[in-house]
Amino acid sequence: MNRREFLRMMGMAGAAGMLPTSVFASRKAPSDLYEVPAFGNVRLLHITDTHAQLNPVYFREPNVNLGIGGALGKAPHVVGEHFLKHFNIPAGGIESHAFSYLNFDKAAQTYGKVGGFAHMATLIKQLRGQAGEGKSLLMDGGDTWQGSGTAYKTRGKDMVGACNLLGVDVMTGHWEFTYKDKEVLDNIKDFKGDFVGQNVKVKEEAAFDGAPVFDEDTGHAFKPYTMKDLGGARVAVIGQCFPYTPIANPQRFIPDWEFGIKDEEMQAMVDQIRASEKPDLVVVLSHNGMDVDLKMASVVSGIDVIFGGHTHDGMPAPTMVKNAGGKTLVTNAGSNGKFVGVMDLDVRDGKLRDFRYRLLPVFSNMLPADAEMSAYIDDVRKPHMDWLSEELSVADQVLYRRGNFNGTFDQVICDALRSVHDAQVSLSPGFRWGTTVLPGQQITMENVLDQTCITYPETYRREMSGAEIKLILEDVADNLFNADPYYQQGGDMVRVGGLDYVCDPMGSMNTRVTEMRLDNGELIDPEKKYVVAGWATVGSKSPEAPIWDVVADYLRDQKDGVKINRLNTPKLKNVEGNPGLENYAV
Amino acid sequence: MQRRAFVQKALSASALTALASILPASVFAAWSETAFEAKDVDSAIKAILGSNDISDSADIDIKAPEIAENGAVVPVQVTANLEKVESITVIADKNPSPLIGSFEFDENLEPYVSTRIKMGKTGNVVAIVKADGKLYRAVKQVKVTVGGCGG
Repeated sequence: MNRREFLRMMGMAGAAGMLPTSVFASRKAPSDLYEVPAFGNVRLLHITDTHAQLNPVYFREPNVNLGIGGALGKAPHVVGEHFLKHFNIPAGGIESHAFSYLNFDKAAQTYGKVGGFAHMATLIKQLRGQAGEGKSLLMDGGDTWQGSGTAYKTRGKDMVGACNLLGVDVMTGHWEFTYKDKEVLDNIKDFKGDFVGQNVKVKEEAAFDGAPVFDEDTGHAFKPYTMKDLGGARVAVIGQCFPYTPIANPQRFIPDWEFGIKDEEMQAMVDQIRASEKPDLVVVLSHNGMDVDLKMASVVSGIDVIFGGHTHDGMPAPTMVKNAGGKTLVTNAGSNGKFVGVMDLDVRDGKLRDFRYRLLPVFSNMLPADAEMSAYIDDVRKPHMDWLSEELSVADQVLYRRGNFNGTFDQVICDALRSVHDAQVSLSPGFRWGTTVLPGQQITMENVLDQTCITYPETYRREMSGAEIKLILEDVADNLFNADPYYQQGGDMVRVGGLDYVCDPMGSMNTRVTEMRLDNGELIDPEKKYVVAGWATVGSKSPEAPIWDVVADYLRDQKDGVKINRLNTPKLKNVEGNPGLENYAV
Repeated sequence: MQRRAFVQKALSASALTALASILPASVFAAWSETAFEAKDVDSAIKAILGSNDISDSADIDIKAPEIAENGAVVPVQVTANLEKVESITVIADKNPSPLIGSFEFDENLEPYVSTRIKMGKTGNVVAIVKADGKLYRAVKQVKVTVGGCGG
């Protein structure tokens, strides 16, 4: 969709009552918001990175999402006012709230929570009903089986059940692979749709030893693609799992599988499908992350649309990328169940003629809960309610994570690590999932689990030299700010507690982090040892208590309200005027 | 992958290194010791190929991961799309001993090497191809990360 087109649609949306003037109006269901005009002959629905959020949540979009090199100022690296301007979204309305951090606290109270599988189910049923029998497909981009206490306790099974009920036809994965390989295969077996991934192979030695393999000739661990007949159109959906899973997450759970971007193999697969399957449309369901998708779209030709996830970018319009064979559309559909992507396509005679795209925010107050899904959710949560519902403390400000550097909830986690483990410095991973708590709300165990629930949650307390701490910061900074997207892993910067530093995102490896200081102002000495606490170690299991218990202990001690004394975000260099940065004291 | 193909690959990949370790050191000492023990890239190339006069070439394709899953076994494949290839030499420039191996080709062989190399830290994989008496080079960066914070 071009900008004019998008503007027109937004104009229509505005006229159709999507911009309520009062709290009361916002709570009346403006059904127009979810009535997407009929177009074309194929409807592709896309959800991604729901992170096991079965119930509605709050989710604050970032005010820091810096674009480096060629990505500067382009989608998805625009935030706040720049975002609204880039996508022609009116300020102050419901879309502004859905897509940006602006005025988050107040707007969240006005418009209420987002997502929830029961509300999503209602919307998806409606959208599929509009499309007509057999003309729509529901794709899930992965990061579905992880992110909540119940997903952890059921090893992802609660989400497999929810997705089956939701009617997911095709999925790919990333955090799905943080269970043990046998559990992953068992979950895939229970999943009623197709689990696809062209870029996961069984290692040669493992195949030689008889490890399960989808195709012995190609080494594919899973079905690489699936063909679907939608209203007479043949649609190929190729899967692309997160390429750096065994690097960003523990390899020990999935020792037999090797990943990678494998764009040459993607090209070969597209060519083979185009030659042998005679498709009318070729799409990729990707967990590359948007920057990697944009580069892959420029390198590989013959893909009509890449439906992307991983980087949690809620993009109201796709980016059109030129390549040797023509053009490829790249979307990204946000996270935590907040959005459903709807692409209507006019596909005729083996060609994509035209399309319409909407990224619909799932406002749970405006969509009645689906009864069957609600009952299912209540049922899977029931055995765990005592654990989930414990009230630990009260939020005195918006507690969130998303953004390139420490969010407020990260700071609470980092403060908890330092306090409970008596450490000078703490480190916490820059995940992009984790829901938001509003000021005055009780912080429940469930909120803590939303931020921390992984299958390798153990914490550590150990001595590190100043040089080691710098190495970690530099390494993660390069995964985030490398100018070549293929070297980016799609997470945010490692969160720090008790440590301030200066960061130059435009720098090269090992030159971005300078002036590291303890909270008392003391410069970090590369030779000197410091006591560091952290969690989520990828290499081997850490010895101490799971992170959620550490954070819960810390919060229980501050029953009446948790205070953040200092937000350890770095001072930034060379980012003046970067539209991926707002409301940040440089 | 078929088992046969795997065996073939494994054999071709390990040919030189395996030989070097099985045979008594004295057999190879005469020509390879200086090259394999060289601590910098230039001396290693000079020792094994006799020259440092190398031109960059787009006809050499290095397939290696952008970020290694395991620095101890980084899969590297080199294909030389050049005429009269005599040898392919693989180097990891940041390794304490940068020379990984040098593979010689008969005229009838496809100039292709597949191997696994050990990389202690982020650096470049360098492929030097000797073709028709001249040296050509291609480079690909492979990151070896401390891992951990993707999300």
